[in-house]
Amino acid sequence: MLGRVIFLSFAFFIVHALPLTPYPLRALADDLSLHGFLQANYSARLTGLQPPTSEGGDFLFGEERFQLRLDKSGEKGRLFIRTDFFHDAIANRPDLEVREAYVDTSMGGSDVRVGRQLLIWGTGDYLFINDIFAKDWGAFFSGRPVEYLRVPQDAAKLDLSAGWISAEIVAMPFFQADKLPSRDRFYQFDPFPGVARSTQQPAMEFQNTELAARVYGTTWGFDTALYLYRGFFHMPGLEADRMIAPTQIAERFPRLAVYGASTRGNALGGVVSTEVGYYDSLADHAGRDPIIPNSSFRYLAGYQRQLWEDFTLGLQYYGEIMMQYDVYRASAPSGFPVQDQHRQLMTLRLTQLFWNQTLRVGLFAFYSPTDQDYYLIPEIRYSISDNLWVSATGNIFGGRRTTTFFGQFGANDNLAVTVRYEF
Amino acid sequence: MMERVLLVVLAVIVVAQEGGQAPLRGASPLEDAASLVRQSQEAFHRAGTDLKARVKMTLLTKEGQQRLRDLMMLRKNEAGGNQRYFLYFHGPADVRGTVLMVYKYPNQEDDRWLFIPALNLVQRVAARDSRSSFVGSDFSYEDISGRDVEADTHTVLRTEALGSRQTVVIESVPTREADYAKKLSWIDQVTFLPLKEEYYDVQGALYKAFTADEIRDVQGLPTITKRTMTNVKTGHKTEVVFESVAYNVGLGDDIFTERTLRRPPEKWLK
Repeated sequence: MLGRVIFLSFAFFIVHALPLTPYPLRALADDLSLHGFLQANYSARLTGLQPPTSEGGDFLFGEERFQLRLDKSGEKGRLFIRTDFFHDAIANRPDLEVREAYVDTSMGGSDVRVGRQLLIWGTGDYLFINDIFAKDWGAFFSGRPVEYLRVPQDAAKLDLSAGWISAEIVAMPFFQADKLPSRDRFYQFDPFPGVARSTQQPAMEFQNTELAARVYGTTWGFDTALYLYRGFFHMPGLEADRMIAPTQIAERFPRLAVYGASTRGNALGGVVSTEVGYYDSLADHAGRDPIIPNSSFRYLAGYQRQLWEDFTLGLQYYGEIMMQYDVYRASAPSGFPVQDQHRQLMTLRLTQLFWNQTLRVGLFAFYSPTDQDYYLIPEIRYSISDNLWVSATGNIFGGRRTTTFFGQFGANDNLAVTVRYEF
Repeated sequence: MMERVLLVVLAVIVVAQEGGQAPLRGASPLEDAASLVRQSQEAFHRAGTDLKARVKMTLLTKEGQQRLRDLMMLRKNEAGGNQRYFLYFHGPADVRGTVLMVYKYPNQEDDRWLFIPALNLVQRVAARDSRSSFVGSDFSYEDISGRDVEADTHTVLRTEALGSRQTVVIESVPTREADYAKKLSWIDQVTFLPLKEEYYDVQGALYKAFTADEIRDVQGLPTITKRTMTNVKTGHKTEVVFESVAYNVGLGDDIFTERTLRRPPEKWLK
C-alpha cells in the first residue's frame, strides 16, 4: 500500500512539475510535446475461485500505471517514445515497459520507421486474419484498456507510395509470441497438467526475421489491401517428450506463411468489410504432425451501421477451414480434444453514447456455434471531465466444454475497473 | 460575377415578394429558394479552394460544465461538389492525435475514417450525417459540413432585417432523412452566410438554434469565425471559434490519404 502511495505521488509530482520547467528548456521544447496519463486498473474474479498458484487470488490484475509520451518532431523526422512505469499490485513490484520507441524519417515518396512500434492490419474487430502481429490475450481477458491487447514489436517499417497505391513492408528480427493468459492467474485448460514447460522461441537469426507486407489503396470508396507474411505461428504448439506420462513439454512456434486480402467500404447503409487469408503451415503441409497446426483458410465478413443517433451495431462472421482434416483426425493423439474442420465464430458489438457522448455503454459478444462457447464483454465508460475517465468492464466466459478457446476460461469471469487521468 | 448575378436575382425576389407579384420569368420561387440555399452553402462550407483553420469548440451544459474540443481543420474542394476534410484533434487529452478524415459527396453517404493513435489503428466509421452529433457537440456532421440542397424543399418566406443586416428567411422541409421536421434560415443578402437558423421538431417546437456571432473578412471571403448552436430543450450549447483561418493554402491530395492519417503532416497542424 505504501509503495502504491509513493508511486502515485511521484508520478503526480512529475506531471505537475512539468509546467514549472525552466525557460530555456521550454524554448527547446517548442517542437517537443510531453503527454501521458496516470491510471489505476484492477480486475477481480467474480467466481469466488482462487487458483492454487503463487499469484492466484481474487484479483486477476491490479496495477497503478504512469505513462509518459515524448514526441519530438523536426524537419528531418520524428522521435516518439511511450514509456509506462507501473506498480504490479499482484506480484507487488514496480516495473517499466517501453511501449513504443521509434524514429521516423521521410525520403520523397517513402517513409521509414525504425524501433519499437504498434502494428495493426486488417479489417477485423477483435478478430484477426492478416493482422499477424503479437497480441496479449491475458491483458484483454482481464479487462485492461484495449491498447494493451497489442504487444509492441521491434521492427523496421518501410512505407512506399505511388499515386493511389501504397505499401508497407515490415521486418521483425526479434520474434514476439502472443502473450497467453498466465497460468499463475487464470484457470485454463491444460492438456498436460503439472508437467514442466519450456518455451523454444525461434532463434535470433537473420533467416528467422519475420517479414510482412501490405499493399493498399482506396478505389471507388473501398479500402482494399493485399497481404503477405512469412514467419511463425504466434501461438505455440505443445511438444511432449513422450506421449504417455510426459515429463517435459516444449512450446514451439512452427513456420507459417499467410497470404491474404481485404476490402471495406460503404454499402447497405453502413460499412461492409470482408477479409480472407490462407495460413500456410510451412513445416507440415501434409498435416501429419499433430504438434504443428495444419494449414487453414480463414474468412471474415463484417457489417456496421448506425441505427439511430449515437447507437452503432456491428456484426461479424468468421471461419477457419482446416486443410488435410482427415490426416489431422488420424494423427491426433487419442484422448485429446479435437478441433472442428470448420470452426466458426460470430461477434456482435452494440454501442450507445449518452450525455453528449460522455457516457458510453457497450457490449461486445463472441459466440462460436461450432465450439459452443462464448465470451461477453459489457462495458460502461464515463468521461468525468476532459482529462478524467472511469470505466467498468466485464469479462464473462462460458461454453459447453472446458477445452475450447473461450470455454476454458469459464472460472475466470471478472470485472475490471479503470480510472485514467490524462495530461 | 456569380454572386453579383445572384444578388440581382435576390433583389428581384425581394421585390417580387414585397410587391406580391408573380414569380420571375422562367424560374419558380421554389427554385429561387433552392439556388439561394446553394449559394449560401457555397459561402458557408465551400469558400476558397481550400481552408485551414484551428477550431475550438466549447461544449457547455446548462449547469455550466465545460468541455473543449480543439482541432485543426483542413478542407479541400474537389470537382463535382465533392470535398475532403482532415480533422486533427489537439485536445482534449484523451483524444489527442486522433484524426477524422471525411470524403464528402453530394447526394451520397460520405466515406469516413478514424485514426486512433494509441492503437495506430485506422477504422472506417459508419455514421449518418444527419443523425450524428459531431464529437458530442450540438452540431451534427451536416451542420459542420453542409447538407445536400436537394434533401429539402426550400421556400422563401420573407425578407427581414436582423440587426443592421438584411436577410431572406427560408423555410426548408426535409424530403430525406433529417433530425428536424422544419428549418428556418436567415440568409444574409450580401454575404449569403446564414446569420441564424432554427430547427423545429415534428411537434412544431423549436429544439435547436444556430447563430453566427462573428463574421470576418478573410482574404476577401466573409467567414463566420464565431458561431453557437443551442439545444433549446436541454439547455446544452456549443460555441465554436475559428482561429487563424486561411484560404487557398495549397493543400495537396496526398494529405487526404490513409498513409497521412497514420502519420499526420506536422506542418499543417500547428
